[in-house]
Amino acid sequence: MSEIQLEIDGKQVKAKEGDTVLTAAEKAGMKIPKLCHNEKLIPYGGCRLCIVEVESRGASKLVVSCVYPVEENIVVKTRSEKINRIRKTILELLLAHAPASPSLQDLAHEYGADKNRFEKEASFCVHCGLCVRYCAEVKQLNALGFINRGVNKEICFIPHIAEKECSSCMECFPLCPTSYLQAAYVLVKGLTFTPDLTPLNINK
Amino acid sequence: MEIEKIDQIIDKHQSDASSLIQVLLEIQSENHWLPKEVLEHVSDRLQVPITRTMHIASFYKAFSLVPKGRNEVHICMGTACHVRGAKRILETVEDFTGIKPGETDVDMKFSLETVNCLGCCALGPVVEINGKTHGKLTVSETSEVLKSYE
Ligand code: SF4
Ligand code: FES
Ligand code: FES
Repeated sequence: MSEIQLEIDGKQVKAKEGDTVLTAAEKAGMKIPKLCHNEKLIPYGGCRLCIVEVESRGASKLVVSCVYPVEENIVVKTRSEKINRIRKTILELLLAHAPASPSLQDLAHEYGADKNRFEKEASFCVHCGLCVRYCAEVKQLNALGFINRGVNKEICFIPHIAEKECSSCMECFPLCPTSYLQAAYVLVKGLTFTPDLTPLNINK
Repeated sequence: MEIEKIDQIIDKHQSDASSLIQVLLEIQSENHWLPKEVLEHVSDRLQVPITRTMHIASFYKAFSLVPKGRNEVHICMGTACHVRGAKRILETVEDFTGIKPGETDVDMKFSLETVNCLGCCALGPVVEINGKTHGKLTVSETSEVLKSYE
């Protein structure tokens, strides 16, 4: 596999062909904020927080670094006034949905995002897809998926699969940036699972 | 809808997972809606996870996950129809049928949906019933047209 030479924040970096800009930057020890990316999963490009500026052949453009493959001699900027502004706005939009999310709050602090800038629309799920993709790609159980679209899009457990598989797995729970996943699981459990009322399990 | 009929549709597409949307469309047009059992059967036969079938069936407006009435009314609320009084046509249909967009009446006679442009703006305001286009409708014509459906 051929090696590719590029510049990130003024530093010369080597990467493998097919690597994304995000991977290349992280390998070189640089930090780009991200929400929907996870090394174990296929790049998704959903949250846009990892946006960076790429300059190639004299033209500069904004790209989503977790899905953008490295190219020879490109110049990447992971921070600039413009990028900071965009990230701040994205964070403010996400915070309108999930104001109490710890990972969003940390980033909001770093980028000076105001969680009250946009009217609250507490849907809690920020559509990062980590739970859905983890279940499909890593566990291959497909116990939950997305339904509907646009502003009505939401995650949805498939009760009979969830009842069989989830209680012994729950590996996706820590991935959720907002805890909405846990809430949705408690709901589907309470509404659809066969209650287990043997005395030993009553407090489970 | 009988399982044989569904299997026929699936066989026609060689149980190919990439035909999922096509299969669902054909079932939708035969049966007018997609019951849970049907979605599960299709998923099994095409070997696609039920999560993907649900995602697709709930994503496109062409699919319905609830039973539909015998007559499917689509009222155009696109810009051209809007300026030509689509809102009053909608109100007329709502009054006549007693249902709102997205609903079906108890007798299963009408289902109502709004759409954004049917592609024949010169005919606005446009209402499509069971695939037949009724153009340049006035309020009184609308009631007349609806009366002709059983
Ligand atoms: S429930 Fe959580 S992990 Fe799943 S898509 Fe929503 S925010 Fe992401
Ligand atoms: S981390 Fe790249 S778009 Fe979410
Ligand atoms: S706006 Fe109604 S047909 Fe185009």
